[in-house]
Amino acid sequence: MKRRWTLYDPRLAWLLVAPVLLLLIFFLVLPIAVMAAYTFFTFVTAGVETSALTTANWHEFLTDSYYAGFLLKTLRVGAITALLCGVLGYFPAYFIWATTFKHKWLLLLLLIVPFWISFTIRTFSWINILGEQGVINVALLKLGIISEPLPMLYNEGAVILGMLHFLLPYMILNVYVSLEGIDRTLISAARSMGCTSAQAFREVTLPLSLPGLAAGLLLCFVLAAGSYVTPQLLGSGRDALFGNLIYDTIMSELNWPMGATLSIVLFLVLGFFAAIYTRFMGMSQIVKGLGG
Amino acid sequence: MKARRKEEGRWAWRLTGLVTVCVYIFMFAPIVATVILSFNASMFGGFPMTGFSLQWYGKLMANEPVLAAFRTSLWIALVTSAVTTAIGVVTSFALVRFEFRGKQALSTLVILPALVPETILGVGLLVLIKAVDQPRTMLLLVLGHILLAVPYVVLITQARMVGIRRVYEEAALSLGASRFSSFREITLPLLIPAVVGGALLAFTISFDNTSASLFWRPAGVETMPTQILSMLKISISPEINALGTVMILVTVGIPLLGGLILQSLTRLKRRDEPKEEAR
Repeated sequence: MKRRWTLYDPRLAWLLVAPVLLLLIFFLVLPIAVMAAYTFFTFVTAGVETSALTTANWHEFLTDSYYAGFLLKTLRVGAITALLCGVLGYFPAYFIWATTFKHKWLLLLLLIVPFWISFTIRTFSWINILGEQGVINVALLKLGIISEPLPMLYNEGAVILGMLHFLLPYMILNVYVSLEGIDRTLISAARSMGCTSAQAFREVTLPLSLPGLAAGLLLCFVLAAGSYVTPQLLGSGRDALFGNLIYDTIMSELNWPMGATLSIVLFLVLGFFAAIYTRFMGMSQIVKGLGG
Repeated sequence: MKARRKEEGRWAWRLTGLVTVCVYIFMFAPIVATVILSFNASMFGGFPMTGFSLQWYGKLMANEPVLAAFRTSLWIALVTSAVTTAIGVVTSFALVRFEFRGKQALSTLVILPALVPETILGVGLLVLIKAVDQPRTMLLLVLGHILLAVPYVVLITQARMVGIRRVYEEAALSLGASRFSSFREITLPLLIPAVVGGALLAFTISFDNTSASLFWRPAGVETMPTQILSMLKISISPEINALGTVMILVTVGIPLLGGLILQSLTRLKRRDEPKEEAR
């Protein structure tokens, strides 16, 4: 029996989403599923493993404090970065929202420009600021304030700074989008009822902008905790994060089952935080923040 | 009392402005320093400036690996941008106009590639092709880039599509237009800003991609970012600063140009509209 096609036929919809669905299945869902299976494979030697099932990888991960240390450090660095982003990003977002400056679009454009500049270039450009021959050291040496270049590069601070640099626009845009959604008459109402501007901010503006702030925090945390390039370029070997550990396990040690285990761990841990977030906030705010 | 409160508010506002200025300086100082240093005559990639010179740009133009990586990245980004935009527009059309089971799940799944760390996506795909014993190919790299760009294109086109009322399309259909021509003649023109924006974003996402490309690139192939990364492993030379400046010009210049063209296009259209009404 053949049914006639209606105007908004679900079958046509499935046809339209087929390309994206296939892509998502073969490049996102299936890889993660196979990776999950790989965590139970047996590692023989570099690049070789058998499909004999074992829990050795999980056992190693759970008992060796080396991995737990890495995970904790990564979460700590991610949390510090996200919090700094939140604090430093709120001011510009509020400023752009509240300013009466005529060319507001310019301030917003300047926030989007960094997205267009290669992430690798933005990261290595910090070497020109913090390095031994960077702006700060050369200036301080010239002024005679220091006699030896300060070692500012290749430590955890530099890594956090680099991540802050690439994550701040995400945070500012997220908070800004959420501020834009506030009905401004509410603030006028609060003021006319006798609130000071500080009270109006604390009681009206801040609570209403929290969803954007929360979305920004989650995004910054996830992106920071999953980063690979920034610790590689601005950190020393000791500042490697979980992403670097995964890369080395797979690309250098060729220990695929362990690499898969570590990837799944990172996926589950970050997914856990994202799940907590969506439990309370839903997905819509993240969607708004990403789509601009 | 009131005056003091007002004074407090003014100080808070000044502090906000000050932090804002600092954040903008923080975001652009390293980039400016890199651009300035690319013109340094010194042999070393750093301050102080010893004179103005274009020699590093000359060196760059003669650097065959860099040029090859640039061409590779350009091709990948162009293909990614074209394919992603096509897929993205069609997907948004389905997600906005149609009701079907699993729609909610699909729209969540579509943005996942933007939220899952690239390292995990990178490893996952490698494990999959290792499991089925396939080599890493250029096609794989391009499809991977499409995966990474798809969420952004879908989000951008979806936002615009919601604003286009379906009665326009339905009017065309009732006047005898085919499904395809109503989409091409009505929906697509109205969607153009989002299409251009999405295409540009997809281009930059692909051109910029580092972490995932490190995993996915076929043996011996370097994209621009991975080439920069391997150059940085040796040392930070002035040539890298020049390379960075060229890249900034390309990746900032193209979207700005696109935006300007788009703006003048809509302005032209607006100028035409009243005339049509007068007729």
